[in-house]
Amino acid sequence: MPTTYLEAIREGLWEEMERDPNVFVLGEDVGVYGGAFKVTDGFIQHFGARRVVDTPISESGIVGAAIGAGLMGLRPVAEMQFADFISCGFDQIVNFAAKCRYRWNAPVPIVVRAPSGGGIHGGPFHSQNPEMWFVRTPGLKVVCPATAYDAKGLIKSAVRDNDPVIFFEHKGLYRRIKEDLPAGEYTVPIGKAKVVREGRDLTIVTYGAMLWTALDAADELAREGASIEVVDLRTLLPLDRETVLASVKKTSKVLLLHEDTRTGGIAGELAVSITESIFEYLDAPIVRVTAPDTPVPFSPTLEEAFLPNTAKVIEKARWLWRY
Amino acid sequence: MSALLTAGPVRQTRENDQKLAALAARCHYYMALMREAEDRIERKLYRQGKVVGGVYVGRGQEAIPVGSALHALPDDVLFPSHRDMAVLFIRGVPLGRVFAQYMGRVDGLTRGRDGNMHMGDIHLRVVSIISALAATVPVAAGAALALKYQGKDGVAFCYFGDGATSRGDWHEGVNLATVQKLPVVFICNNNQYAYSTPLELQMACANVADRGPAYNMPAEIVDGNDPLAVYDATGRGVAHARAGLGPYLVECKTFRMTGHSAHDAAHYVPPELFEQWEKRDPIQLLEARMLENGWAGREALDATHARIRQEVDEAVAWAEQSPYPDPATLLDDVYEQP
Ligand SMILES: Cc1ncc(C[n+]2csc(CCOP(=O)(O)OP(=O)(O)O)c2C)c(N)n1
Repeated sequence: MPTTYLEAIREGLWEEMERDPNVFVLGEDVGVYGGAFKVTDGFIQHFGARRVVDTPISESGIVGAAIGAGLMGLRPVAEMQFADFISCGFDQIVNFAAKCRYRWNAPVPIVVRAPSGGGIHGGPFHSQNPEMWFVRTPGLKVVCPATAYDAKGLIKSAVRDNDPVIFFEHKGLYRRIKEDLPAGEYTVPIGKAKVVREGRDLTIVTYGAMLWTALDAADELAREGASIEVVDLRTLLPLDRETVLASVKKTSKVLLLHEDTRTGGIAGELAVSITESIFEYLDAPIVRVTAPDTPVPFSPTLEEAFLPNTAKVIEKARWLWRY
Repeated sequence: MSALLTAGPVRQTRENDQKLAALAARCHYYMALMREAEDRIERKLYRQGKVVGGVYVGRGQEAIPVGSALHALPDDVLFPSHRDMAVLFIRGVPLGRVFAQYMGRVDGLTRGRDGNMHMGDIHLRVVSIISALAATVPVAAGAALALKYQGKDGVAFCYFGDGATSRGDWHEGVNLATVQKLPVVFICNNNQYAYSTPLELQMACANVADRGPAYNMPAEIVDGNDPLAVYDATGRGVAHARAGLGPYLVECKTFRMTGHSAHDAAHYVPPELFEQWEKRDPIQLLEARMLENGWAGREALDATHARIRQEVDEAVAWAEQSPYPDPATLLDDVYEQP
């Protein structure tokens, strides 16, 4: 039976809680209700209220309490109801959690789960992709899985990691993406990108929900004869530049794609990394497809114009291919 | 003064009977209008797929925005939360623009940029919430600071639920307002749930009003299903704030007669609670009282409902004519246009 992206995260968390009694979850409505998106559905019945903690509406409190419990040797997994509300716990994440190890060598083994992303008519406060707020904070790890396989393997690695991990789950993938998962136990390493589709003519580098857009575009353009390689970053911090550089060395053309807004998106960092290291391999300018620099608008006509989609990727990729 | 007050019933003397009758009629109109508008949104437009995104309604809580906002004067500034739609109507926002907002049309108050109750009109001095709960609390304190600074005797009306009082922003905003003696009336709808979270998992005190004394802020508890009681209590709060004595908290006890949103069946709420509170429906209670006191006859009340249905029909039709925003406007208004 195929497993959805959402169930994959649920299974990964469940297995980690079975494996290690120090793992527990906390957040708003995560207990009896099973979480706003039902990721922890059934957890409180199985693991009890000691390990599935329904909190007040206090994001700073939730993250801070996770840090405190983490410092004492537990492995808390905190849920933000929507990634948009992670800003309410910002100081605890970027100043407390991120800087403990560097300052006084104290590990903060916490996971902050954050359902992010647009395309669900959520408007400006239920659609954001706030990953780059954290990618520019050394000391954090930032994970953005795109497939059910990776979602399960990465949540398990995040729980086992001894540093704070911000785990972005794309809401649009929760129930849309399914695949058969291996029966046995597995993990996916944090900090490793993956070549999801091999090709010769150009590379698309992306992550999160845009992986599927990239693959659709690659399929379309294959009919026109283009051979497109697709790299899924999977983790944004630490960033696996080697996998990206190896792919671009091979294809000599690169399109950088993300749902996040343009300025300060990961594409900018990748573009510089590529030109710094392998400029002489490039046969064309580096191209990006991203959301524009606006808040995420609510109305369907505006949101459609805002979000990158297959047609927008095809147009740019075709141009690049023919360059 | 840090008294925890409990309001008595509205005094009914012969002299104020006529005034009360008129006030009751205004309350009845706005409460019934909010009910009808939200029913139309949640039970019709949403199910027809015409409303995109989430829908959160204030069914059963209409007495709170109505009983309080009827005190607002032109200089006052209001910060309604997500179950306070009537504040918009009392402030003069046209009905059609509210429907257009829910349907993502260009004539919504946010021109399709945002949805549901995330709207405001700065000219009417109604400030839009953001989604993050309690974020308006310090902002309301700042608005009150400006009113004082500008030498106006206006008051900020700041609305929120019980759950929002767990946020740091709530405590920071209230503390700042009390230290600075700012003219804010804080109006809490305590509907006993925050999404699925019952009150006892939200706070260790029995009442939101219990938080008042810690800030040296007067706080009173009223029946949130009685618009006249809410009116009375808010009146005391407004008088206190206008007199320069600082902020005041009114906790309105009520119940959320719906799920958290249109997609939540609220299985976590014991059905007896819904049954019990159904009997305390604020509109029905008000109508019974109006009939009993001879403030209105059944025909007059029915005529109000008929008029409201027609207003809503017309407003929905108007909103449905409104186009979706032009995608070419996507980049506009991130900053002031040159
Ligand atoms: C900072 C923040 N965290 C979480 C949410 C998600 N959320 C929206 S409404 C809500 C419950 C609000 O409860 P309460 O403040 O009591 O208001 P009510 O909905 O009961 O009127 C939650 C948790 C949010 N909007 N903002």
